[in-house]
Amino acid sequence: MTENAPLTRKDFSSDQEVRWCPGCGDYAILAAVQRMLPQVGATLDKTVFISGIGCSSRFPYYMNTYGFHTIHGRAPAFATGLKVVRPDLDVWVISGDGDSLSIGGNHMLHVLRRNVNLQYLLFNNQIYGLTKGQYSPTSDVGQISPSSPYGSIDQPVTPVRIALGAGARFIARGYDVSKKLTDVLVAAHQFQGASFIEILQNCPVFNDGVFDLITDRKKGPQHQLWLEHGQPMQFGPKGEMGIWLNPKTLEAEVVTLGENGISESDLLVHDETNRNIAWLIADLPDVKALGVLYREDGPVYDQSVREQVKMAEERAGGADLKALLREGHTWTVS
Amino acid sequence: MSDVEKANGSASELPREMLDSVVIRFAGDSGDGMQLTGMQFTTATALMGNDLATFPDFPAEIRAPAGTTYGVSGFQIHFADHDILTPGDEPDVLVAMNPAALKVNLNELKRGGLLVVNTGAFTKGNLKKAGYDTNPLEDGSTDPYRLLDLDITKLALNAVAELGLGAKDAGRTKNMWTLGLMFWLFGRDRQSTIDWLQKKFAKKPDIAQANVLALNAGHIYGESAEMPSTIGVYQVPSAELEPGEYRNIDGNQALAWGLATGGSLASLPIFYGSYPITPASSLLHNLAKLKHLGVTTFQAEDEIAAVCAAIGASFGGAVGVTGTSGPGVALKGEAIGLAIATELPLIVCDVQRGGPSTGLPTKTEQSDLFQAVWGRNGDAPLVVLAAATPGDCFHVAIQAVRIATQFMTPVVLLSDGYIANGAEPWKLPDIDALEPFPVEFHTDPEGFFPFQRDPKTLARVWPKPGTPGLEHRIGGLEKNQHSGHISYDPANHHAMVKLRAQKVANVAEVLPEASLELGETGGDVLVVGWGSTYGSIRQAVQHSLSKGAKVAHLHLRSIWPLPRGLENLLKSFDKVLIAELNDGQLLKLLRAELLTDAIGHQKIAGQPFRVSELVELIESHLPSGTDTRPSAVA
Repeated sequence: MTENAPLTRKDFSSDQEVRWCPGCGDYAILAAVQRMLPQVGATLDKTVFISGIGCSSRFPYYMNTYGFHTIHGRAPAFATGLKVVRPDLDVWVISGDGDSLSIGGNHMLHVLRRNVNLQYLLFNNQIYGLTKGQYSPTSDVGQISPSSPYGSIDQPVTPVRIALGAGARFIARGYDVSKKLTDVLVAAHQFQGASFIEILQNCPVFNDGVFDLITDRKKGPQHQLWLEHGQPMQFGPKGEMGIWLNPKTLEAEVVTLGENGISESDLLVHDETNRNIAWLIADLPDVKALGVLYREDGPVYDQSVREQVKMAEERAGGADLKALLREGHTWTVS
Repeated sequence: MSDVEKANGSASELPREMLDSVVIRFAGDSGDGMQLTGMQFTTATALMGNDLATFPDFPAEIRAPAGTTYGVSGFQIHFADHDILTPGDEPDVLVAMNPAALKVNLNELKRGGLLVVNTGAFTKGNLKKAGYDTNPLEDGSTDPYRLLDLDITKLALNAVAELGLGAKDAGRTKNMWTLGLMFWLFGRDRQSTIDWLQKKFAKKPDIAQANVLALNAGHIYGESAEMPSTIGVYQVPSAELEPGEYRNIDGNQALAWGLATGGSLASLPIFYGSYPITPASSLLHNLAKLKHLGVTTFQAEDEIAAVCAAIGASFGGAVGVTGTSGPGVALKGEAIGLAIATELPLIVCDVQRGGPSTGLPTKTEQSDLFQAVWGRNGDAPLVVLAAATPGDCFHVAIQAVRIATQFMTPVVLLSDGYIANGAEPWKLPDIDALEPFPVEFHTDPEGFFPFQRDPKTLARVWPKPGTPGLEHRIGGLEKNQHSGHISYDPANHHAMVKLRAQKVANVAEVLPEASLELGETGGDVLVVGWGSTYGSIRQAVQHSLSKGAKVAHLHLRSIWPLPRGLENLLKSFDKVLIAELNDGQLLKLLRAELLTDAIGHQKIAGQPFRVSELVELIESHLPSGTDTRPSAVA
């Protein structure tokens, strides 16, 4: 590889054999990430992938960049420490629904509210894959699994709503085999702060087809609402469906254009800077809002840390360790 | 005697009786400001050139119900004209600001000791809350002591009456009034406290003025009031300390400054991740002020995030440090294991407190030794160092940074509540004379793999992200000892476990050899200690030595690995006593590692050793015929 040759997807692939199950959605996500990095001008040496534990967390081993496969649920904490001392690095957190929303829920909350400048990829397959198929915090009620033989009785969480509640400033959603996933990743990378992306991911072994409604090549488009800032929320193969705000319930509802007098001008217009809209469309029945749900710039944690250090240095006026030892009262014994 | 003349400089003053050392305990309700009072007395005493040691003892509750015995807060200071190592056993002087404080502390006051009592707080209600059926000031309970009973509440209120403050603010000045009186009794200068008050209350000038008025009034009261004939004024001449520049320092402050200095000597930034926990929080507070000295602090969402962020920082090429107490170390265990597996530098400061579980948050104990050495899943060796005194924390912190970065290993640094909060005069080290140990990151891509090692130390290389050509992945899965790739190979795992253990064992090569603090090899009794018991044990052994006993003191500064030459040293004594503030953890460790047939001495009371109890312990183990009859212990 010469200095100036543009990097390709291959440059970002490590020499390690990829060991996910055949047909796993993680392959497609890996490919999307490896395609995207050259697009955004990433370099191998400045890119770091940090993961927790789970199937998704094997991800860093397959990237020919720096990588840290850490412990269950804690990847955001490692990433925060790294980013604080090395703001020059491009840090990606790779996590799953169990890793982020069960054992690591606390850390996801805090990395998002601090707005640490990194990308947070949550692979959501609604199941614990690595431990052989137990229900996860995103599993539907009634999910049959080895640990819920009579069906799960836990209410599932909606990851993007958790992110919104935590104060995340960039929230997006995509799915594993989507061609548009790369665009979502590029947008996340451009954002300064914590970019949260939920990626719906199929687990062919323990939860096969869980997102078929959304991702099926034929029927899927009827259930995919790809968001565009400033555009009416219109979807369906012929754009015949849309979202409007029911003024009585203040709920977003799916409507068919031309029915009940609904026209395009009645539809909600997507405003990525509006938290309320993001909340309303986060959990639509039978339809997934995809793309960027919410984006609003704000103070970036690692930058604020640097600014405080600079301010402290200016205030100290060159005071060194010797001056520190002499702070307050000292006396001399002769 | 010229000192008397000096002390007697003012004609209106009484001649001062000379004392070589005094122990004063200030005790009151946790809202009475006893810690502040004690610290101000400490500063003034240090400025007088005495050697000193302090022991704050306060309840876990921020404001326990007023007047109760469990809400009593105490501060003990021992100061002398000679080198001292502990805050003293029984106080010579007890200041009791309310009945509860008297109830908790009176039995420890020396017979004939001076008892200063605020009668203003001896109301029926307060007596009842303290569990007194009769007023102890009237029923003969205080007869064995020299009593100075004053209505300090009223005297302080009168002193500040002219300012027209509210009753609450005016009432709060009684601690300064008391301090003024104590300054007079022991001939301390008020100026340092006046300066401090004016700075502290710069934005509330009336409060500053009230406190200064109360302080002066207490002093004037001493000068002018008719005192009982048993009350005199005292002089404790300055100690002959080694020449140099001194300051007071507590353990957590010294630890913070040592970490900053260690980072500077390693030419690396320090990243400190921590979650508030008693008694380690002030370490975070101290470090948070050092942003201008290459220290970044991160108040994490929990203990686990604190250590994980520190490891993330180490991965990025900084010195990752986390600090906590025992319960926090328990939470950090898995992450520390990751730092061991990935062979990254990490320093874990454990400021121990009483356990198990929440235990005794504000009381001292040495019961995290096992947790530090073995408290992780798998065979997970790391280095364990222990600080001996508040000032020693500075030097141990530097050593921890050196070992962590040179051996690519986590280091647990054990301190405890006693040295974290205790203060002592500290001779300022010559920063320029400290040997730098600048870290060199690996940069050469030629033949690089992330777990290539120094053949001598076995430390792996430290490549940091951002270095072209060294891209690599690390993690907690077992790795091939050559390539660093994930490996489940049985023989490789066996080799890696042994290799990690050997690397930590190699640290002994850079640690000082085992040596005696006091005494000669081959004696009758060796007292072995570690951590904050250093001062008490040393003083007890010193006493027994002065009485002709063949006794010695050995202090362990590293618990893991143990220092070279320890086994032979231990074997040369007839009896080995291991004194520690836990249920025999070092005892079991030394028995397991060296087959040392040692005798344990345990105190698990949340309190440090008294010198006198250790002297008795030594006596009881000396061969018969050794005459070291107890006498006053300095």
